[in-house]
Amino acid sequence: MTHAISVSGLVKNFGRTRALDGLDLTVSEGEVHGFLGPNGAGKSTTIRVLLGLLRADAGTARLLGGDPWGQAAELHRRLAYVPGDVTLWPNLSGGEVIDLLGRLRGGLDPKRKAVLLERFELDPTKKGRTYSKGNRQKVALVAALSSDVELLVLDEPTSGFDPLMEAMFRECIEEEKERDRTVLLSSHILSEVEALCDRVSIIRNGRTVETGSLAQLRHLTRTSIQAELAVEPTGLAGLPGVHDLQARDHHVKFEVDTAELDGALRHLTTFGIRSLTSQPPTLEELFLRHYEDEPK
Amino acid sequence: MTTLVGTGSLIRLALRLDRVRLPIWILVTAGLVLATASSVAELYPTEASRRQIAATIGSNPAMTAIYGQVYDTSPGAVVMWRLAITGALLVTLMSIMTVNRHTRQDEEAGRLELIGATVVGRHAPMAAALIVATGANILAALLIAAGLTGQGMPVDGSFLAGLSFGALGITFAAVAAAAAQLAENARTVTGISVLVLAVAFVLRLIGDAGSATWVSWLSPIGWLQKAHPYAENRWWIVVLLLAVAIVLIGAAYALVSRRDHGAGLVRPRPGPADAAASLNGPFALAWRLHRWSMIGWMIGFLVLGVMFGSIANSATDLVKDNPQVARIVEQMGGKSALIDAFMTAILGIIALVASVYAVQATLRLRAEETSVRAEPVLATGVSRLGWALSHLVFAAVGAAVMLVAAGLAMGVAYGISVGDVSGQLGNVLEAALVQLPATLVVAGIAMALFGLAPRYVIGSWAALTVFWLLGQLGPMLQVPQWLMNVSPFTHVPKLLGDISATPLIWLSVVAVVLMAVGLAGFRRRDIG
Repeated sequence: MTHAISVSGLVKNFGRTRALDGLDLTVSEGEVHGFLGPNGAGKSTTIRVLLGLLRADAGTARLLGGDPWGQAAELHRRLAYVPGDVTLWPNLSGGEVIDLLGRLRGGLDPKRKAVLLERFELDPTKKGRTYSKGNRQKVALVAALSSDVELLVLDEPTSGFDPLMEAMFRECIEEEKERDRTVLLSSHILSEVEALCDRVSIIRNGRTVETGSLAQLRHLTRTSIQAELAVEPTGLAGLPGVHDLQARDHHVKFEVDTAELDGALRHLTTFGIRSLTSQPPTLEELFLRHYEDEPK
Repeated sequence: MTTLVGTGSLIRLALRLDRVRLPIWILVTAGLVLATASSVAELYPTEASRRQIAATIGSNPAMTAIYGQVYDTSPGAVVMWRLAITGALLVTLMSIMTVNRHTRQDEEAGRLELIGATVVGRHAPMAAALIVATGANILAALLIAAGLTGQGMPVDGSFLAGLSFGALGITFAAVAAAAAQLAENARTVTGISVLVLAVAFVLRLIGDAGSATWVSWLSPIGWLQKAHPYAENRWWIVVLLLAVAIVLIGAAYALVSRRDHGAGLVRPRPGPADAAASLNGPFALAWRLHRWSMIGWMIGFLVLGVMFGSIANSATDLVKDNPQVARIVEQMGGKSALIDAFMTAILGIIALVASVYAVQATLRLRAEETSVRAEPVLATGVSRLGWALSHLVFAAVGAAVMLVAAGLAMGVAYGISVGDVSGQLGNVLEAALVQLPATLVVAGIAMALFGLAPRYVIGSWAALTVFWLLGQLGPMLQVPQWLMNVSPFTHVPKLLGDISATPLIWLSVVAVVLMAVGLAGFRRRDIG
């Protein structure tokens, strides 16, 4: 499978601050890739390097088989970008901006534009400065979705949306997926990522800390176990992958690395299980584990 | 007054933000006024010399139109006559920019919303901006007063001189505050305020140049010139200016309560749902963004041209009354040479104004970049070069359009006044176009800064101010020639009919190189 985006060892400094510190990112063609990380982790910086707006200090970046810095304009015809913070020209109407951006990319489908305007309930006759944040994002999103492109680069596109529009957005991305378009979706909304993304990359402090399918990532996290046993258990603390052990009489509560789940359960059965609750890791826990500053 | 809660904190915030900008404005204003004062005092040391300049100016409508009447022959009065316009421009622009910056500009950028949600009253931002601007004007007024007194001028006249500048500044701070309630974006606020300033200037010009002297009384700048310090000392002029300021502030205060946050009183109309087929590329977009500003400026240049063209012929009245000057003029090439000199002097000023247009049109690039409107465009098939050129073209072609408009209007108006349109139009137009290369050099400086040091684009305004000061005051302050040579306008041929191509070619080369350097720099740097 070819890669729509492949980035390795990307470094970008702004003065003395290091925004990207050896970041890796691979997005295969036709996949929806979730791009996650806490605020200031370097998501937007990475996207702007990929768009040739910023020049990387080190590392390599390939976009649709080309060099994002050197071949910026020609590559941009094959992608559409929705920035996280959309600013419009005060004197242009939303409809004008949609048409203009579409034409600058090499044309857009007026039928699709009309459908999208209706679905997102966007009034295209309002002037740029009168739109709310969510509506400005809709303008950029409609412009992107009605262009015929291979790759969609979306930087937190739904941060100003209400739940209804959020659902509409998911529907639209599902459709794009069916058309085999590649999507890079930077987002904070975990349910959105869970619903849409084939694979996910989590970054922190300018580095990729985890990448893979959601199933793979789940595997890397912990399952929490609560059990009531016939005999007071021993030796649990010494087992590999067991954390946060709390034991009181016949009751135990602990978390175990999902990879070590089997061993832990085998050990428990030797004490006679009366009751057992096992909770798989939630996506939130998965992300919180990476977002929080772990003690070194 | 709960609507004024938080004014104190906002004043401190504004002072913190303006801690470099405002002191520079104040010091430059006071310093310039005082430098002019000492040089004018040296230039006309005797009563006889002052009487002569008063007579010369009084008999010459063209000169009176620009500088106003010499109302008295005391040394202080001649100083005040000479620097009234320059000083007025400095204090009014300082006030307009300061108030706009802390009211509509902050509101448009959403910064006031952040502040407005804290414990800050509805009227507090405007009150804070006005208090800061008023303080700056009072400080400038006191510095001017103290400086003039220090140069041996009478104390009461010096204080009236200083305070009349200060009061004029406060009046225009109030103009900007009212404008900030009408328009939704800061550019329009600047536009309205500067338009009021321009109208004030034109009204006093018409009043002073012609027989309808009452017209000058319609203009706050006219009032400033009628304060007559070191003569009648009309203190009530200061009261009059402040009264107008208070009325305007009252109006602005009332308007704040009548509008929503972020909105102006003038509501925007809906636009088309689809773009016209012509809106299909970076140049079409740039045209949409530049066209109204360009048309507005062009009307301004037409008006300026008509105005100066129609009074140029009266510049020769000077010759009739003054045998000394007549002899000099004879040597220079007769009456027509004098008119030519007047025209080139005026066109020099018009070229500076055209440079203001060119710089602001070039810096539109930076405005688009910092407001993150450039990013979505540059993420399409538009190349960086194409995008930058799309705006730069409007700066360069726009500057040419402005000069042609002024030249055409001036040529036709002057031609009509001497009954020879076909003979004069070509000359005047040529003299206007001669200014183009120097104007493009200034645009080139802005472009080079944008490409190489985008954080310091404000330096292009500093450069233009230096060129303006060198041109207006350099000869009088006897600035050394090497320093004069820094300004591109020093190299523009001064007399019509004797235009040497060499300096024009050099200026054009410099302009093109600066622009090319800027474009090359922009292609290599980060956006944002």
